[in-house]
Amino acid sequence: MLRIPCPCCGPRDHDEFRYGGDASVPRPAPDDPDPEAWHAYVYRRQNPKGAHREYWQHVLGCRQWLVVERDTVSHRIGSVVMAREWQA
Amino acid sequence: MRNSAFNILRQGLTGNRGWPRTWRDRTPNRRYDVVIVGGGGHGLATAYYLARRHGLRNIAVLEKGHIGGGNVGRNTTVIRSNYLLPPNTQFYEHSMQLWEGLSQELNYNVMFSQRGQIVTAHSEDQLDSFAHRANVMRANGIEAEILDRAQLRRVLPYLDWSDRQRFPIWGAILQRRAGTARHDAVAWGYARAADRLGVDIIENCEVTGIRLEAGRVTGLDTTRGEIAADRVGLTVAGHTTQLCHMAGITDLPIESHVLQAFVTEPVKPLVHHVVAYGADHFYISQSDKGGLVFGGSLDGYNSFASRGNLGIVREVAEAAIALMPCIAPLRLLRHWGGIMDMTPDASPIISRTPVEGLYLNGGWCYGGFKATPASGVCFAHLLATGEDHPLAAGYRLDRFRTGHLIDEAGAGPFAWLQ
Amino acid sequence: MTRLSQGGRIDRSRMLRFTFDGRTLTGHPGDTVASALLANGIRLVGRSFKYHRPRGILSAGAEEPSALVTRITGDLREPNLPATMLDLAEGIVIESQNRWPSLSFDLQAVNGLLAPFLGAGFYYKTFMGPTRGAWKVYEHFIRKAAGLGRASEAAAWEAAPVRSDFADLAVIGSGPAGLAAALAAGAAGARVMVIEQDAVPGGRLLDCPEASVEAAWRRAALDRLAGMPSVRVMTRTTAFGLYDGNFLGLAVRDDASGIGALVQLHAQRILHAGGALEQPLVFPGNDRPGVMLAGAARRYLTQFGVLAGRRVLVHSCTDHAWQTAFDLADAGAAVVIADQRPMPAALAIAAGSRGIRVIDQARITATRGRSAIRAARVESPTGTEWIACDLLCTSAGWSPALHLTSHLGTRPIWLPELNAFVPGPLPPDQAAAGAVTGALTTGAAIAQAAEAVRALGFAAEAPALPDLPEEPHALTAPVQTTGRGKAFVDLQMDVALSDIALARREGFEAVELLKRYTTTGMGTDQGKTSNLAALRAMADRRGIAPAEAGTTVFRPPFTPVNIGTLAGRALGQHYKPIRHSPMHDWHLANGAEMIEVGLWIRPWFYRAAGPDAGAAYIAEMKTVRQAAGLMDISTLGKIEITGPDGATLLDRVYANGFAKLPVGRARYGVMLRDDGIVMDDGTTSRLTDERWFMTTSTARAAEVLSRLEFLLDTAWRDLRVAVTSVTDEWAAMSIAGPQAQAILTRALPDLDLSEAALPQMGVLQATWRGSPLRILRISYSGEWACELHVGARAGEALWRHLLETGAPLLRPYGVEALGALRVEKGHVAGPEIDGRTTLADLGMGRMVAKRNAYAGHVLSRRPALTAPDRLQLVGLDCLEPDKRLRGGALIYGPGQPESGHGQGRVTSVTFSPELGRYIALALFAGGMAAEGQEVATVHHIRGERVRARIVSPHFLDPEGERMKG
Repeated sequence: MLRIPCPCCGPRDHDEFRYGGDASVPRPAPDDPDPEAWHAYVYRRQNPKGAHREYWQHVLGCRQWLVVERDTVSHRIGSVVMAREWQA
Repeated sequence: MRNSAFNILRQGLTGNRGWPRTWRDRTPNRRYDVVIVGGGGHGLATAYYLARRHGLRNIAVLEKGHIGGGNVGRNTTVIRSNYLLPPNTQFYEHSMQLWEGLSQELNYNVMFSQRGQIVTAHSEDQLDSFAHRANVMRANGIEAEILDRAQLRRVLPYLDWSDRQRFPIWGAILQRRAGTARHDAVAWGYARAADRLGVDIIENCEVTGIRLEAGRVTGLDTTRGEIAADRVGLTVAGHTTQLCHMAGITDLPIESHVLQAFVTEPVKPLVHHVVAYGADHFYISQSDKGGLVFGGSLDGYNSFASRGNLGIVREVAEAAIALMPCIAPLRLLRHWGGIMDMTPDASPIISRTPVEGLYLNGGWCYGGFKATPASGVCFAHLLATGEDHPLAAGYRLDRFRTGHLIDEAGAGPFAWLQ
Repeated sequence: MTRLSQGGRIDRSRMLRFTFDGRTLTGHPGDTVASALLANGIRLVGRSFKYHRPRGILSAGAEEPSALVTRITGDLREPNLPATMLDLAEGIVIESQNRWPSLSFDLQAVNGLLAPFLGAGFYYKTFMGPTRGAWKVYEHFIRKAAGLGRASEAAAWEAAPVRSDFADLAVIGSGPAGLAAALAAGAAGARVMVIEQDAVPGGRLLDCPEASVEAAWRRAALDRLAGMPSVRVMTRTTAFGLYDGNFLGLAVRDDASGIGALVQLHAQRILHAGGALEQPLVFPGNDRPGVMLAGAARRYLTQFGVLAGRRVLVHSCTDHAWQTAFDLADAGAAVVIADQRPMPAALAIAAGSRGIRVIDQARITATRGRSAIRAARVESPTGTEWIACDLLCTSAGWSPALHLTSHLGTRPIWLPELNAFVPGPLPPDQAAAGAVTGALTTGAAIAQAAEAVRALGFAAEAPALPDLPEEPHALTAPVQTTGRGKAFVDLQMDVALSDIALARREGFEAVELLKRYTTTGMGTDQGKTSNLAALRAMADRRGIAPAEAGTTVFRPPFTPVNIGTLAGRALGQHYKPIRHSPMHDWHLANGAEMIEVGLWIRPWFYRAAGPDAGAAYIAEMKTVRQAAGLMDISTLGKIEITGPDGATLLDRVYANGFAKLPVGRARYGVMLRDDGIVMDDGTTSRLTDERWFMTTSTARAAEVLSRLEFLLDTAWRDLRVAVTSVTDEWAAMSIAGPQAQAILTRALPDLDLSEAALPQMGVLQATWRGSPLRILRISYSGEWACELHVGARAGEALWRHLLETGAPLLRPYGVEALGALRVEKGHVAGPEIDGRTTLADLGMGRMVAKRNAYAGHVLSRRPALTAPDRLQLVGLDCLEPDKRLRGGALIYGPGQPESGHGQGRVTSVTFSPELGRYIALALFAGGMAAEGQEVATVHHIRGERVRARIVSPHFLDPEGERMKG
């Protein structure tokens, strides 16, 4: 189990959360007609070995989507911010 | 020396002093026609078929640790060909046919055990979808059976047939030719056979860079020096993206995730098939040594650490008992993790890349072991001829752009995130 | 009897009876099964894995490789339990394993004679002929021979709950280091949990006689800890794994049942003080019953009052083994010491004073004894002699129990003076102390523990060191000897030095390859007494230092854990949560046959309509088509959407337009995944200008909500919208049929349900008996129908009220009939929305013909997703009256060979009472372009071939006249 310090609820086991994957890929604007942009958003991943910014939702808590900085090797968790407040 | 009962007797009487090395301990040459990066099952099989079927001799397999130290030695060894969609149906069946002669072809007993695989169904809709799968298999010349509840109960009396079963069992799909193999022996057998055909197997040789000139591969930097190569094939599932980063390819449709595997203490024969739970993620078989080997779902977040979390250990134990309560008193002996290349449609990639001379074999998700022989055949074909093997033409990288996805589960891109 | 008349920490006032292979034996509370067997003079306890050689008791702890037994409790068989870890209890039934017909006479011992041909990996070299399938035959016999104990197919497990716990400091081990650390941290006020796998805390202090300084210190330490409210000492508790997030997995054995309970301990800091495991020496014949670790012999004496032999040979290369010799001699045994080292002068004097003969620079090159050791051949510079013995104590030094330190990836490092691996550099929130670091004396362990606790950040003071006697602890690297007979490295897996030599010859030199090829360390003991010896044997043969050879990776669990322990009480019906609708009790009380649908339990059909699903659904369909039916649809996902930008959100997430949906109206909507594939469908009603009520499919409810929340929290933060799940707040039911409007009007007389007030897709809000009520004029069955959503608490009352008002015309119907009604109307559901179909595939392409900017639109236009030959929705009419269509059948067009993947498949089938024949929905290449074609539906598995015609999927009332009432 990882312990994720939720900004709303405090540290909780990760099985209270839903994983949302890589947060570094920006979503194109709703009316963006460029297939390349959508292809990149949906399919392409950096998949770094090390520091990874990723989405987690506290589904069994405040239901906020968070941006979590986690190391994909050590699983140590760095910063955690609300996705709504995150500046890419 | 050939492996045979006669030689076992002869060697046994003379202190077993005559057995040679299984593969030679090679130092790398300065140049090869083809270099395979990754000494796992797929890499060794590719090298073997390059030598055997395409007559290439100047081939090296580079392995950063020791042969078979990656996923070929960590998986739960299930082999089946019960796929729904083209080209999976034909590709995995081709693999199955190669498995059926593999021990003899390699002169190494990989203990391919066709004990049958059973997946339980827990609703009428699920039985219909299994029927669809079984019909596709039959219509493609692959045997398959659908069992109803009563038939399945006779085959697997130890499942939970009581009213306590949370998801009552309606029936199952059975493929009798499916089964298991001794995973380490697959790596060793291919290594030995490739070595006999002159392939250089170079262990403790980590690739640290990929050399490019004018958009084309010229060689590799390794911990054992620079090695020139005309063509480079990557078979490094789990770390595909990391190797591709070295060639400037930074946007593959692959994420690395950990899948755990589990084994119990050895007990006398109890589970005689490969059994998978259709209501959740759980599958199990019993090794010839007696340990029950099983697995479940991914840990659920990107990971390059070959260890799993306790939550999944519990989930898998719960699923195990939900399906077969008699497993509760047995004791978990060991559990470990393997790093998987996960692709958006859960199907593999056997493909050329934007870099000329660099070829990719990866994205096996958690189904790579059973594909080993066919993957080797198809990737060797691509490396030797520059053309897709007909069975693997659907596994190209460009399918994500064109939409020719091969999504068996219909789960959508990176669905394990949800 | 080997039990002494006094001594030991057992309760001699009480007698416990137990059986071993049918013999009734006795012991005392405080005994383990192993100590009780030894006390009864039993030394042959089991048979080895491969050669079925007689084996006894090697150790007194969790590292036991040989003495594995099965405990039988009624139907429950628990195989492979180390007798050394099994608390003796009244009446327990113990059986030996892996022998036939009996333990003393085992036919498979013939394998021992074939040993030259059964070396490491022999099975990879043979069993490949004469035919390809021959392996299946060989395998049958190999499987029967392999395995250890026998498990039962019966389910008889008593579950124990899983618990979560928290600590500032987890101390693993309660030896001198562990107790000292707990004292220090406890005094500093920290919440400490001391974790001890044995029944009694104290670790190696238990080897010391009660009258010793060490034992007195242990008693005092435990007394002080008992007075510290923030310190807990957990015995019979194994820390089996260390997981990411500093979670320790603990298995706690119940002292009565022996069943383990799981504790997930989250520890801020962890101190590893698990001690070290004594290693046996490797020499020919080192596996006979009666060969025992020196420390174990001492433990049996001091803890259990058992003198395991009267004529004892102690063979070692460590000072600690001499203490065993002295204690056994003091207890009355005749002892000879054969040390591998040159004479240690100081110890020699102590030995001499006890009349113990000492042979230095000694090697054992053979042993004798069929079912137990009788003599050993000792070679030394002074000559070779056979020394008679009934107990051979051995010690090759110590291997730190560092397993948990490496679970998170810390690589062990080689400590030359210990000739063993110790933990590598640990992360800042972990430390190690005591023998696990190579500190082999009690004094060193205590001092080191206090230091480690301070290093972990606790304001701890060093506890006063007791006035300990000098503790000789010198050792040298052990020498492995060969000679006649097998010298075993791994007693459980039957791996001998000759196997290591063969592995070396064949190139399996890397430590992981060595393990996998020879199976060293793959037993139930995970190589706790064999890994180091195997490594040393390989390093010797390669001519390299053991440090260079490296060690294998340690995987959890430290000792085996019952799968039932890990699952806790999530058994049977408790495996997954169960969801019930507010009307659940009514369904049960009124003859509903229930069925699992995801996590929900729903009415499948009502027995009043028929005895089984097949009969009942047809009757229930007729009720809906001819009178009126009532269906519980509370399982639909329900989401409340509020805010000024709600319309924009809906307009983006639904493929069809929602911006202009007026207040008081509902609309059917389809959502796509971002890759352009259909994800879910449902309806959304606009309640006010800034308030909407969305329903989703039962299966996708959670996914849809999370997706909305995701989009609003990330990419669309500028939208002023809130979304909330209200699934459980509302009971929902659908009333449908030609009589539905009349019944509803009678049941809700205060409401205007006329066509003008509640047109098709109209929404009406009201209250019913004080609860909010929303009536949505939506039809799934194609009849005049409404969805009624009412506050959950009023659900059952409204349900009853409608049925009472509508009786006898109105009847409830279940999911089987619902599924059939929707097929008649051509509505798609799970079998069609299979994660591979697009809107156009499902016949809804026109909905979005002029739209852009909805999620999924760009990628839905990729070439492969718009190809003309895609599988698309069609209807099928069965053309053979005496046959039926079947789900999962493949469809072949005219003239197509009936093989391969087919041109399509049958997705959903029903018998239509209205039409009097079987009809189906199907996905067919090219879809409705083939309308009117005759096709073959082939169910290869059943051997059925049924002709059908491709027709519109809207079988019934395609103009929708019935919905108008």
